[in-house]
Amino acid sequence: MIEIENVRKSFGALEVLKGIDLTVAKGEVLTVIGGSGSGKSTLLTCINGLEPIDQGRILVDGTEVHAKSTNLNQLRRRIGIVFQQYNAFPHLTVLENVMLAQRKVLGRPKAEAEAEAVRQLNHVGLGDKLKVYPSRLSGGQQQRMAIARALAMSPDYMLFDEVTSALDPQLVGEVLDTLRLLASEGMTMICVTHEMKFAREVSDRVAFFHQGVMAEIAPPAQLFEAPQNADLRKFLAATH
Amino acid sequence: MFNYNFRWAQALNSLPRMLEGALVTLEVALLSMVIGIAIAILLTLFRLSGSRILGAIAATWVEIARNTPALFQIYMVHFGLGGFGIHLSPYLSLLIGIAFNNAGYLSENFRGALKGIPDTQTRSARSLGMTPLQAFRHVVMPQMLRISFLPMTNQMVWAILMTSLGTVVAMNTDLYGVTSDLNARTFRTFELFAIAAVIFYLITKTVTLSARLLAARLFRY
Repeated sequence: MIEIENVRKSFGALEVLKGIDLTVAKGEVLTVIGGSGSGKSTLLTCINGLEPIDQGRILVDGTEVHAKSTNLNQLRRRIGIVFQQYNAFPHLTVLENVMLAQRKVLGRPKAEAEAEAVRQLNHVGLGDKLKVYPSRLSGGQQQRMAIARALAMSPDYMLFDEVTSALDPQLVGEVLDTLRLLASEGMTMICVTHEMKFAREVSDRVAFFHQGVMAEIAPPAQLFEAPQNADLRKFLAATH
Repeated sequence: MFNYNFRWAQALNSLPRMLEGALVTLEVALLSMVIGIAIAILLTLFRLSGSRILGAIAATWVEIARNTPALFQIYMVHFGLGGFGIHLSPYLSLLIGIAFNNAGYLSENFRGALKGIPDTQTRSARSLGMTPLQAFRHVVMPQMLRISFLPMTNQMVWAILMTSLGTVVAMNTDLYGVTSDLNARTFRTFELFAIAAVIFYLITKTVTLSARLLAARLFRY
């Protein structure tokens, strides 16, 4: 379970999170929508401790992320994150990309790490690209590789930060299919996205962020069909 | 001015000794590169550490290495340290002096290379649970070394040529030292130094060409 309690965060004078309260249950798929600068991506990087917070606290399975005593390197093994920019490691083959952290962070033996990497790469449909360098892959393939790389760590949670925003339109579908597959398998996921159709389909709940505040959260049918918040209505009207 | 008689045959008799000297030159240059690269990586880590003291050490090293003559650096290792009672052989003084110079220049090359590697690489590595050192070692450093490969080759060539500065610390087993000794005995100055120059040229050319072949093998991505 991820518990976010009254989290506040500023970059200099700009307050990007103005007191967020949110709980994500095990097995839940939560999507977060909202305009740029609404604070939704920042929240994800706070959850895995890449960004410090100014106030409040975030608990992952009871462990306080920003407590001094928390070993972030250990915590991050349980929280996978995939970014808008796929960040493939260019000097490693696809297989090596997915094996590296398993070997160095989890200390898995080579054979085991390789077997797991092959399994995850097959999972995301890259089983035929094992020995290829990322520069030979399309954006969609690189993004799927990044997903496999995170999954290979056997995380309990997956965070997706606008993972289709940097892709050519014709490549968005293959990445969303991978996310749908994960959701159907029961992975606990928080997806920050601009893909409304996707949000409507896969989410248990959808949260709408506006200017650092979570303005509305509801199951997709309710949020999209009967939006209560005026800013959300404006946002939905603009994106349709 | 044209009454100099070329005696190539006599000079060429010394070729085996000069080639032995060339081997010493190559050995010093190679070792100085290995040490220089290791120290340059350490200095880069100092700079990335965020510690003021470590950063200042790295900056000072680079400033001295790049802004004073290599000849002074070698001289200081031998006679400067000698003043403190640390007496090093000419071979060691030359090796350390060149390694000092290499480390300064290479560390600056590495700094430039790091600018070409997006922060998001480190961020991704850290997100996978790697420590800062693991992220550097396995993700950033390999890319840094690739970007710096050409400057490293240049520094290797420079290191080979710098061995001739060993003359200031009475180094006499390297190519320059051997040639200089032979010259003192035979006065076949033009012939001996022409041959030495050709050998220097052949060594550096071989190094650059092998580096190019090595790069093609190493960097397939």
